[in-house]
Amino acid sequence: MTSNIKLPNYHGARWDEPVVMEMGVPGRRGAVFPAPAPAVAAAVGDAASLVPASMRRQDRPALPEMTEPDVLRHYLHLSQMVLGMMGISLFGTCTMKYNPRLNEWLQMRPELAELHPLQDESTMQGMLEIVHGLDLILRELSGMDQFVFQAAGGADAAYTQTCVTRGYFAARGELEQRNEIITTIQAHPCNPATAATAGFKVITLPLEENGYPSIEALKAALSPRTAALMTNNPDDMGIYNPQIREWVRLVHEAGGLAFYDHANFNGVMSKIRARDLGFDACMFMLHKTFGGAKGGGGPATGAYGCTAALAPFLPGPVVVKDGAGYRLDRNRPQSVGKVREFLGNLQVVLKAYSWCRAMGAEGIAEASDLSVLANNYMDKKLGQIRGLVRSHPKNTAHRMEMTRWGMGPLKEETGVNIFDVQNRMTDFGVDAFWLSHDPWVVPEPFTPEAGELWSKEDIDTWIAVIQRISDEAYSTPELVKNAPHKAAIAKLAPENLDDPAVWATTWRAYQRKRKGKAAA
Amino acid sequence: MQKRRLGVIVNPIAGMGGRVGLTGTVGRETLARARALGAAPVAPARAARAFALLRPLAETVELLAPPGTMGAELLRAVGLAVREVGRDPAADTSPEHTREAAEWMQRLGAELLLFAGGDGTARDILGVIGGRVPMLGIPTGVKMHSAVFAASPDAAGEVACAWFAPGGARIGLREAEVMDLDEEAIRAGRVSARLFGHAQVPHLPRLVQNAKAGPRPDDEAEIAALAGRLAAGMAPGRLYLLGPGTSTRRIAERLTLPKTLLGVDAILDRRLLAADLNENALLALLDEAPRPVTLIVGVTGGQGFLFGRGNQQLSPPVLRRIGRENIIVMAGAGKLGALDPPWLRADTGDPETDRWLSGYRRVETGPDRSMIMRLVA
Repeated sequence: MTSNIKLPNYHGARWDEPVVMEMGVPGRRGAVFPAPAPAVAAAVGDAASLVPASMRRQDRPALPEMTEPDVLRHYLHLSQMVLGMMGISLFGTCTMKYNPRLNEWLQMRPELAELHPLQDESTMQGMLEIVHGLDLILRELSGMDQFVFQAAGGADAAYTQTCVTRGYFAARGELEQRNEIITTIQAHPCNPATAATAGFKVITLPLEENGYPSIEALKAALSPRTAALMTNNPDDMGIYNPQIREWVRLVHEAGGLAFYDHANFNGVMSKIRARDLGFDACMFMLHKTFGGAKGGGGPATGAYGCTAALAPFLPGPVVVKDGAGYRLDRNRPQSVGKVREFLGNLQVVLKAYSWCRAMGAEGIAEASDLSVLANNYMDKKLGQIRGLVRSHPKNTAHRMEMTRWGMGPLKEETGVNIFDVQNRMTDFGVDAFWLSHDPWVVPEPFTPEAGELWSKEDIDTWIAVIQRISDEAYSTPELVKNAPHKAAIAKLAPENLDDPAVWATTWRAYQRKRKGKAAA
Repeated sequence: MQKRRLGVIVNPIAGMGGRVGLTGTVGRETLARARALGAAPVAPARAARAFALLRPLAETVELLAPPGTMGAELLRAVGLAVREVGRDPAADTSPEHTREAAEWMQRLGAELLLFAGGDGTARDILGVIGGRVPMLGIPTGVKMHSAVFAASPDAAGEVACAWFAPGGARIGLREAEVMDLDEEAIRAGRVSARLFGHAQVPHLPRLVQNAKAGPRPDDEAEIAALAGRLAAGMAPGRLYLLGPGTSTRRIAERLTLPKTLLGVDAILDRRLLAADLNENALLALLDEAPRPVTLIVGVTGGQGFLFGRGNQQLSPPVLRRIGRENIIVMAGAGKLGALDPPWLRADTGDPETDRWLSGYRRVETGPDRSMIMRLVA
């Protein structure tokens, strides 16, 4: 395949500045305040005495002494050295979406920004209305009876699920008997992790030729000990398990609950409903599918919804409509308690509500269609690039909103591995792609997801970058292996990237580990 | 300062039989037949790819290799200096040459033995160095049932390079099975394999952590914890049979009992009742022991064999008497995940028993963690 696309002629800024803690000059100041007027000083007294003695620090803080423009310049430089979360980023499983500035502006309005979680509910009716409004929208999309937004992310919502499962079976006196949760090897690792955290034994089903586990494997796992199934569909391969109704039926027949991890909702939103498939509960990622920011752009929210039968066990308080207004229902004797403080990250709820209202039912359906179309367009193009293989080639059904690919042949034939390719991508100003959760079931995996955001031109550019890197791997592999060459930072020695003896996440740790100094 | 040393051995004829339908190239007659069938060496080209990745070590590591086609030639071809050890095999390489070279490398203090070959080469080397010197295989042979091989020639080169890199202390060692297949028997239509021993193999965790994934599950730690759980849960008066391998050895370790690494041991009331039982001894024991008994086995090698490779004493009659439901299988999730296709296998020599064992079964991967695996006959 030859490409006529002009690749971005990117070059990252390289400021190579020291850490801000090393930048100060003694005596330099950002702002110098005048001494208080004598009358003020006399009235207030010693300002330091306003802080209780036990809370007063003994030593001056070890902060760099800098001017305000020095600080601003330094952080401007740092911001120039990243790709800025606005580039072409087909980062699979994350459903990268544009986060409208309007919504960012809305969340900064004082009605939300200055809300205190303990203020009287009569004074935050607007916010409660939005929480309830999003609850109703998600009920519509899932068929569930009640949503809560306390969980601060997907794993937190999965944990909510395992807590609800525990509460449900405890109330029925079956908890001791039902102590196993079934999941698949392609379910997000948070599913087995939260099941184990909540005290359940975890049974994992591997994938078979078609890219999803077999009914027989599920049957072998089911027993009177089964508490729940936790599964994604489609999973990160982009493969939709067409037997899912039968799965849920079998789980119910064994007496277990079925939980739908809707992390990969984009390709099926408004097409299927979790409840219609028989599921007892599901979760949505407001920071992914519903247009909230992610990837450091803001906190996350895992919306957790369930049937009326499970609703008494939800973490509280729950926002309910009461006549013309809204109130917080705290009288929930069977509730599992809290998974997070207060009502969760309400700014994300606001953004998701705003996104849903802006999209409307038709817009959501169209976005879903576009995401599947974009992925299949991309899928077809990737199939023409040397050294790449699609996961589970025997499954000829079209993929949903993303597809797991592998560069096993490229690695075998050129020695260029998937991390090298990631590094080289940034040389073109394109965000590195997402690989795969562990365990890797496809060698040298990567998982692109175009979503409804990216234009055809964006996708073509991205494909052209992959094409170029494949060409380079076969002609000049060293060029790829030593990448990045044009990014802000050159290739890092990978050996110690996760070695706690080497890496420091705080200045004190840095001094201790790198400079042999005692902690400041 | 004396340079660190890396031993390199190439079995230039390894892999020749594969393309012409032979199961190996051990034995001069077989080799002659392979050559007559038009087999050409494949090992050198694959080995050279791994060797090319060793170039960064040129300054700091002394490479030891046999003369000629067993190593020195190939290393020089990629621009590396070599200190020759052992005899020049000329055109007629043999297991004796491999063993002699391994012996020299051990004596000269090689820190790692990188070899290109198959199961036979692995066995020859392990027979000399045992677990004393770590070894790593560049996959070039026909039969690679042993777990000492890197995934690809490049992977072998990368790991070897990392082993000698400054600060390479993050590379761990794992125990890996070396399988010994009887090629004569295979050619006669019978599969016969036993566990020859365990090699120390450098193990490089995946180099870079994914941004979104947590640390990779550690098979060793999970298996050790599982072994503790199984040891603690042993019921009084119940007979436990531990199959061969390192996973089951961890259970014995927890009980501070010795374990026959390559054999089946019996434990009753946390004491060693009998060690290294053969089929007849097992049958005799099963006649006497109160039912039910529990058999705990691991998964052998890189091919997912549960029975029929390295544990033939667990014969069809033995397995039948124990009963399917009384067999506990333990294996690391990483090991299971690496199986392609993701199946366990049974090859007990009796198709009926293989069918009886087949189907979906639970494999314990850690405390309170299991996977449902398909066992195919």
